[in-house]
Amino acid sequence: MTRYARPETVEEALHLLGDGVWRILAGGTDFYPSLGDRPVRDHILDVSALAALRGIGETDAGFVFGAATRWIDIARHDLPPAFDALRQAAREVGSIQIQNAGTIGGNLCNASPAADGVPALMVLDATVEVRSRESTRHLGLSDFILGNRRTALRPGEMVTAVNVPKRAARGRSAFVKLGARRYLVISIAMAAARIEAGPDGTIANAAVSVGACSAVAQRLGFLEDALVGRPIDGDLGEAVHVSDFAALSPIDDVRGSAAYRREAAVEIVRRAVRAAAARPASGELAA
Amino acid sequence: MNRDPARVSFSVNGMPVVVSAPPVRRLSAVLREDLSLTGTKVGCDAGDCGACTVLVDGEPLCACLVPAARLEGAQVRTVEGLANGMLSRLQASFLAHGAAQCGICTPGLLMAATALLERSPNPAEGEVADALGGVLCRCTGYRKIVRAVMEAGAATDALDLRLPAAGRAVGAAPVRLDGMAKVTGAEMFGADGIPPDALAVIVVRSPHHHARFAFGDLGAYASGNPGIVGIFTAADIPGVNRFGTIPAFADQPALAEGLVRFRGEAAALVAVERNAARELDLAAFPIEWTPLPHVLDADAAHTAEPLHETRKGNLLTQGFVEHGDPEAALAGAAVVVSGAIETSYVEHAYIEPEAGYAAMDGDTLIIRACTQAPYMDRDDTARVLGLSPANVRIVPTATGGGFGAKLDLSVQPLIGLVALKTGRPAALAYSRSESMASTTKRHPASMRATIGADADGHIVGMTFDGEFNTGAYASWGPTVATRVPIHASGPYVTPNYRATGRAIHTNGPISGAFRGFGVPQATIMQETLYDELAARLGRDRLEFRLANALRNGSVTVCGQRLQSGVGIVDCLEALRPRWSEAGAAAEAFNAAHDGIRRGVGIASCWYGCGNTSLPNPSTMKIGLTADGALVLHQGAIDIGQGSNTVIAQIAADALGVPLAAIRLESGDTAITPDAGKTSASRQTFVSGRAAQAAASALRETLLRFANVSDRAAIDLAPGKLVIRDGEATRSLDLSVLPVDADGYVFSATESYDPPTAPLDAKGQGSPYAVYGYGAQIVELDVDLALGTVRLVRISAAHDVGRAINPLLAEGQIEGGIAQGIGLALMEEYVPGRTENLHDYLIPTIGDVPPIDTILVEVPDPEGPFGAKGLGEHVLIPTAPAILNAIRHATGVLVTKVPATPSRVLAALRARESGP
Repeated sequence: MTRYARPETVEEALHLLGDGVWRILAGGTDFYPSLGDRPVRDHILDVSALAALRGIGETDAGFVFGAATRWIDIARHDLPPAFDALRQAAREVGSIQIQNAGTIGGNLCNASPAADGVPALMVLDATVEVRSRESTRHLGLSDFILGNRRTALRPGEMVTAVNVPKRAARGRSAFVKLGARRYLVISIAMAAARIEAGPDGTIANAAVSVGACSAVAQRLGFLEDALVGRPIDGDLGEAVHVSDFAALSPIDDVRGSAAYRREAAVEIVRRAVRAAAARPASGELAA
Repeated sequence: MNRDPARVSFSVNGMPVVVSAPPVRRLSAVLREDLSLTGTKVGCDAGDCGACTVLVDGEPLCACLVPAARLEGAQVRTVEGLANGMLSRLQASFLAHGAAQCGICTPGLLMAATALLERSPNPAEGEVADALGGVLCRCTGYRKIVRAVMEAGAATDALDLRLPAAGRAVGAAPVRLDGMAKVTGAEMFGADGIPPDALAVIVVRSPHHHARFAFGDLGAYASGNPGIVGIFTAADIPGVNRFGTIPAFADQPALAEGLVRFRGEAAALVAVERNAARELDLAAFPIEWTPLPHVLDADAAHTAEPLHETRKGNLLTQGFVEHGDPEAALAGAAVVVSGAIETSYVEHAYIEPEAGYAAMDGDTLIIRACTQAPYMDRDDTARVLGLSPANVRIVPTATGGGFGAKLDLSVQPLIGLVALKTGRPAALAYSRSESMASTTKRHPASMRATIGADADGHIVGMTFDGEFNTGAYASWGPTVATRVPIHASGPYVTPNYRATGRAIHTNGPISGAFRGFGVPQATIMQETLYDELAARLGRDRLEFRLANALRNGSVTVCGQRLQSGVGIVDCLEALRPRWSEAGAAAEAFNAAHDGIRRGVGIASCWYGCGNTSLPNPSTMKIGLTADGALVLHQGAIDIGQGSNTVIAQIAADALGVPLAAIRLESGDTAITPDAGKTSASRQTFVSGRAAQAAASALRETLLRFANVSDRAAIDLAPGKLVIRDGEATRSLDLSVLPVDADGYVFSATESYDPPTAPLDAKGQGSPYAVYGYGAQIVELDVDLALGTVRLVRISAAHDVGRAINPLLAEGQIEGGIAQGIGLALMEEYVPGRTENLHDYLIPTIGDVPPIDTILVEVPDPEGPFGAKGLGEHVLIPTAPAILNAIRHATGVLVTKVPATPSRVLAALRARESGP
């Protein structure tokens, strides 16, 4: 007989996880589609009653997103401009119905190459808090998501939080999603950029990432280095070179060809960088 | 702590409920099956379509993604809770604006919009789109939905439900007669109203494109799994295990006989108690597949092993039309252009997957299912099951979209077989992936054409060759092969012409009927070449079309002289003002922008209404009961397009009674005569004529009985017929008159069959009695760096002869355009890869731009009150107009649709690197 549990404390959840093999059910937006009309054969650990896993907090170290925080909560939360990319991504996850259910932790654990949340979290240097009954680990995103549908989660572990360090919560960011229709669309490619200006008007820090163009979204280190020191009001698009994208390994699929993804990635990165560097239009902050 | 059913207490629409449900059971199943609240619809079970949207604690969620265990203490609101004695303003606004067509997505849209309006009572269009972006609609094109939501706040509390007075129905736009149930959730679709004791029928389907198969120990599987009542295979089929929409080509087994020819083909049925069905694991079903080589490409299929022994070269059938001497004409032409276009498999993607149930009633097998063609269902199901047609009764449920695919049998022979064999009711609602894999598609086409014009800009000749991938079985392949050569000239005078259309078998999905039967594909070929011709001749693209357009007295490529009712000139002329505005606007836009180019495109359509040179009758019956009720047996199945309303409007005016006097009976084959299938844009025209004839005949009978002149007015009162003729009024007591077997004191049954003439070996003849015409302008922006296309505005002028119901006609146009947008820009079905609604994309509310509709009325003497068909015409011009606009914007023609960003950018780059 398969089991179902919906614990109310993290400790209880971790205890259960240490006790057997469970499938974790969070927002359900990936669980049910993959289930289809087949019967449930796994033990199900429902994390939706774990109040401690839901919500956004700020500590001295940075910002903490509970793993079961929904995209709608992120989209509506008052966060510094460095999180604009994340909030834009939150609004592009599926539809309102999906944003009302899907969680940030679920998005990471599902480990889709086209996960909308990942590029934006990458430019925030986000780390993933992974707990088991015995231990707590903090993994960088690229150490946590290992490949297509593959994560570093070990038996008995679950994601409890996503952390953004204070140093990365600075500057402004932007997200660009490229899809073949307006809503409810899996990205062909996406880009996020965070730009932090120094007092002299040049770029002090830059973080840029691309999603859906490799098994796991990637940061573009060469480009980030090339951006640093440039005047923030210059044409930053010029700094973006095709060679920065050499490490991408896009695939041909129904959404687009590999060649297309390579070319489009360059363009959307330019647009994300320009948008992140742009001064906010008046009134934008109020939105 | 375990998965046993647990008690969950929550409230639904304010009423406390307690259910016992397994913890991860979907809320959609809890509502529909445990609480019998079937207003919440299931379209995909994956969060991709939003049809099951409900509010949980005020927030819209897909009920298919919410586990039952989470409902403890929750407040759930469903469509059934929206009306509180009277319709909510939003529901009323949906009805008033014609925002519900088939109605299957309506509950989800209403719930998502309710959440928005409670937050933001007067939303802007962008807010509406953001709030409804997660609910797919395949019928409406969304524009009326946007209006309905934006104006819900302004709607008065009381919806104007008044129906037109006598003689005023035709041309009016009353609230659709079947609309109320669509906005309250009361409408019963194929998957609704399944009896609790019905067996679940589960279909074992091929995972391979082509394979042999053998069963293992079926008995052991049946006895090893609880609840299995029977397993059925081809060996159990009592009749002829071959069905097909065209009897001469019937070739598809209801259950495969040891060999499957496409992925998704049915091989066996498991009949199981419904509770046990949830736990049944089909992965363990004892069937062994031996994959065989397969061919998915029509070009490669010519030389591949035939799928059907007698069809050499995998050629199912070929259509051919020749007129004049095209070679000589092209040789003498001043300008000649040639091209090639390819299209993809397109899925109908109605939001209601095929569903229904069957049950025995004595010797009669009753099938309640969604359909477009009840009599065809009856006859074909009877043949498969070895029954006489008289012993099969089809009771159509509401149909949640059809667009052609619900003309073919789907669940009918399968549930029928189980009901027949077990004596129990048997139900089957296809899953989304099952629906997509097993039912028909639009034919992928590979076409070449050459068109020449003289120096004055008149077309002198055209040749066309089109290959249509018809998939594994015949379905409507022959119809596509026949229709395409007749229509590939477009609505233009083409004195010298040769066109060939071939339907080629492959191991791909079955291609069948899909709104336009191949004509939308062929029109892409012809209309993109017309733009090239206009450019070569230095002519304005609209004026070039106008100069060549068919007119009254013109002769078609089939040699048919069109005597009257040719409206293409009127359509093009109606678009002229927008054409020049749009051209100027694009020029101004392009002067002011870099990186984005605006383009304007135009394309036309013509389309013959009804069967091609074949009998195509419709029969309508209307009766008057002793109570004074007028009953119209309306067998023209309404799949959302509005025949329930339009046919009644025609009947009301022909009879001379207020529309409110007409009561509708459904297309139940036991009580309603055969009105023919809902296809080929024939119902308003053919069934409309039959209804007009039946109603006129009844009027004549009543007037003769009352012995009054034909100017008399008819009124109905309870049990009474009141006739006024001038100053005289006569009241006749109906209750004293004898009633016939159907309970009518007076009735009339009339048929209409459009006059056509057979085509000869060269396709010469009169294939259709009536044609409809139209033209559309598309304005769009192309992002030159990403290849993305953003539609700005579409203007559509369609000649409907007479708009029986202008609101419904507009709804058809907007919905057809949305499907044309999908065909042009995003829809590409790949078997085994896109069997869901997140990999297969159809337009969302954010993908359909504002649409300006111009209804052109050039009456056709053959149509009822002058009306012509419209349903398929409307999507034909959209895709070619989009491709022409992309070329206008960029100089590049995309030659394969959908024109995805990948393909648009590749075309741009190919030009840059070209000579």
